[in-house]
Amino acid sequence: MPKIKIPKSSPSIDMTPMVDLAFLLVTFFMLAASFRPSEPVTVETASSVSDKVIPENVIMVTIDTDGKVYFNLTNPEARKEALNNMASMYKIGFNEEQIEKFSLMSTFGCTMKELPSYINLPGDSRKTFKTDGIPLDSLDNQLKNWISYSQMAALNTGKTAYEEAKQKGLAPDPDDFKPKFIIRADGKAVYKKAEKVIDVFRELNLNNLNFVTSSEFNPNNPN
Amino acid sequence: MAEIADSGGGGHDKGKKRAKKSSTRVDMTPMVDLAFLLLTFFVLTSTFSKPKVMSLAYPAKIDKPKGDAPKLNNGITFLLSKDKIYYYTGEFYPADRPGKNGPTKLTETNFSASGLRKLLADLNSFVLLRKEGMVKKVKAKQMEDTTYTRKLEQLKGKPEALKVLVKTDDKALCKNFIDLIDEVKIAEIGVIAPVPMLPEELKLLQTQLKK
Repeated sequence: MPKIKIPKSSPSIDMTPMVDLAFLLVTFFMLAASFRPSEPVTVETASSVSDKVIPENVIMVTIDTDGKVYFNLTNPEARKEALNNMASMYKIGFNEEQIEKFSLMSTFGCTMKELPSYINLPGDSRKTFKTDGIPLDSLDNQLKNWISYSQMAALNTGKTAYEEAKQKGLAPDPDDFKPKFIIRADGKAVYKKAEKVIDVFRELNLNNLNFVTSSEFNPNNPN
Repeated sequence: MAEIADSGGGGHDKGKKRAKKSSTRVDMTPMVDLAFLLLTFFVLTSTFSKPKVMSLAYPAKIDKPKGDAPKLNNGITFLLSKDKIYYYTGEFYPADRPGKNGPTKLTETNFSASGLRKLLADLNSFVLLRKEGMVKKVKAKQMEDTTYTRKLEQLKGKPEALKVLVKTDDKALCKNFIDLIDEVKIAEIGVIAPVPMLPEELKLLQTQLKK
């Protein structure tokens, strides 16, 4: 019986398509990924069925598990303006470099006195900065001042952005350029602490608040 | 690539000196390794789901409410404590001023689908039934989408629709609060008011919690 000869084929496979695909995926993920700026706290928010995506121009107050309060304003120009106003109110001097650095920072949670040294810290050591958060009691309500100055500053920058969009011939919705007020509370934080922050907003007559949540399944309109 | 380059030339040189044909293939293994490393990194680190927001309109702050609190028509009040939720319907009657059916008693419920969601769906059936009818009309193309949203908003504001008051004690967590608001929104309730707890209510809640 003659032996069946198995044709000797080369042990190598052409991997070009696989490599092409791999690079395609790498490119896709590189371009699609958005990196979160490093934040001093990690917050686990509760979930809701809401499908409203977080807006662009926001004033965000974060409450961590211990009830410490942090503040964030997204627009860099408005940040500079708000910081200048706060600095003159609390009589704390900031140099140009500090203001520039501050405008590019994300969430922060320290008193006005601590702020210059907080800004001077390099990025990674800000996480370990010992602070009690932004004070919001009635004697020293820095959060209230931050919110009101930031709101004014964000309204101003929003207005110029709106005018620019108008001149480009678009039909912008003025509401899109107004700052939105966001509360990001850790699910484990005590609600009374969040209520204090909410009360600060309400004192400034800002009653339309948004809570950051992660999404969950909606039994009413599954899609 | 992971391939052993075949010997290009050599072997049968009949005395002639030939320039060695070097293979045109480059070993791409390191590059491919790197590509996959990057791929893994980006797949694992990228977050695509942007966080969502749930909007909630708070009542405006007035220094002094004029007169008594308005009579609550068709309302339910939730009292929240840490991972616990109690409710009563209608007005609050403290033990020393009982109403028609005696003083207010708290009923306990939970955050599950059979607890809170069912309760709210039953109480707000006025809105939910009509909403279902409208959804059918929209699906059959008898109603515009915009008309639907407008009518739904109107429906939520009607006196027959359920209104919700939320009161929290010192121990309630943000998660509890947001879960409750979420359920209220699922039940298509338009009027949600987070209000401070009355001292009598707090007392009642505390005795209920001790049980």
